[in-house]
Amino acid sequence: MLRGACRMLVLPAVLIAGTAAAAGPGPDQRALLEHYRRLAGVESFSPERGRTFFLAKHQGGKPETPSCTTCHTDDPRGPGRTRAGKPIEPMALSVNPRRYTDPKKVEKWFRRNCRSVLGRECTPREKGDFLAFMFSQ
Amino acid sequence: MVRTAVLLLLLATTLPATAGTAATGGEALYREECGACHLAYPPRFLPAESWRALMAGLADHFGEDASLAPATAAAIESYLVAHARTRRVRADRWPPLRISELRWFRHEHEEEVSPRAFRRAGTWANCGACHRDAERWRFDDD
Ligand code: HEC
Ligand code: HEC
Ligand code: HEC
Repeated sequence: MLRGACRMLVLPAVLIAGTAAAAGPGPDQRALLEHYRRLAGVESFSPERGRTFFLAKHQGGKPETPSCTTCHTDDPRGPGRTRAGKPIEPMALSVNPRRYTDPKKVEKWFRRNCRSVLGRECTPREKGDFLAFMFSQ
Repeated sequence: MVRTAVLLLLLATTLPATAGTAATGGEALYREECGACHLAYPPRFLPAESWRALMAGLADHFGEDASLAPATAAAIESYLVAHARTRRVRADRWPPLRISELRWFRHEHEEEVSPRAFRRAGTWANCGACHRDAERWRFDDD
């Protein structure tokens, strides 16, 4: 019991130290990208396509949210803002290395935000390109 | 010594799970999920019918998809309904889906708030822009 508790305290400390020191995606983030790569059946993702997707005005979604930039702004390194005025932390991995570490959270927001913006779920390739772009920022 | 430490640790880890009712988990989930885009509004401001209607319409929530996994949504709904307003509240439609459309809210705010303060907040839904302690569900601070 006690030893378990100690281990639980040590683990987060290691994780925090690990992400702070690392430049570029960590193991969780690489695993997530690999997950989408296998689903998409592609060799690799394109940060350039991810950028275009992120900046584009899309059709088919809700009129209030035509683009990812509606809330995340066109600068991934800067903070965003929800429509109700709440600040959103930057999306770029270099500024916010804690992002994209919880696959459930990532999937939840892809599902909702893609439905709001495009009126459908994003494909694994769109998700991978988006992540590749954010990892490059 | 070690045994008391173990006992305390055991108590600390098991107490919240057993002593807390479903509402404890429900409140944490509510604050986390419904607080992602705006203040997790105090449940006491809207009647149960409003919360039920809001929870039933999350896929088209004020122009956004705010849908949740069914189990999460159910836990949040029971928390909200258990802590909802029970006294009568007046609104122009029923059930009201916004706190900011309630009559008392409009009276309280339309006279007291300067156009400048409203422009800065952007929307009535942004309670925290004007109420410093909104996160702690206190609104009488200014
Ligand atoms: C209506 C506002 C809004 C729009 C439009 C929007 N997002 Fe988001 N997004 C949010 C909010 C709010 C969060 C959760 C808060 C946070 O994680 O800081 C979020 C989180 C995310 C996350 C989770 C990141 C993580 O840390 O795990 C991803 C991925 C994401 N958004 C992708 C997108 C993509 C792709 C688009 C465009 C198709 C988009 N978003 C459009 C508001 C928006
Ligand atoms: C994806 C973002 C998002 C999430 C998650 C979200 N909301 Fe909202 N909510 C909004 C937006 C956008 C508005 C409208 C804001 C405005 O009018 O400026 C809103 C408004 C509201 C209002 C009315 C505020 C007023 O004007 O009085 C209530 C009540 C509300 N939401 C409840 C909830 C509940 C309950 C949940 C959790 C189940 C939730 N919201 C989750 C985006 C979200
Ligand atoms: C643009 C600024 C602004 C916004 C946004 C705003 N309020 Fe207020 N609110 C005020 C002012 C000013 C008063 C009147 C002064 C006072 O009594 O605190 C007030 C009064 C109140 C009161 C009565 C306080 C008392 O005990 O006298 C409540 C309750 C309240 N607001 C709740 C809310 C909630 C909930 C929201 C979000 C849904 C909200 N307000 C959004 C500015 C704002």
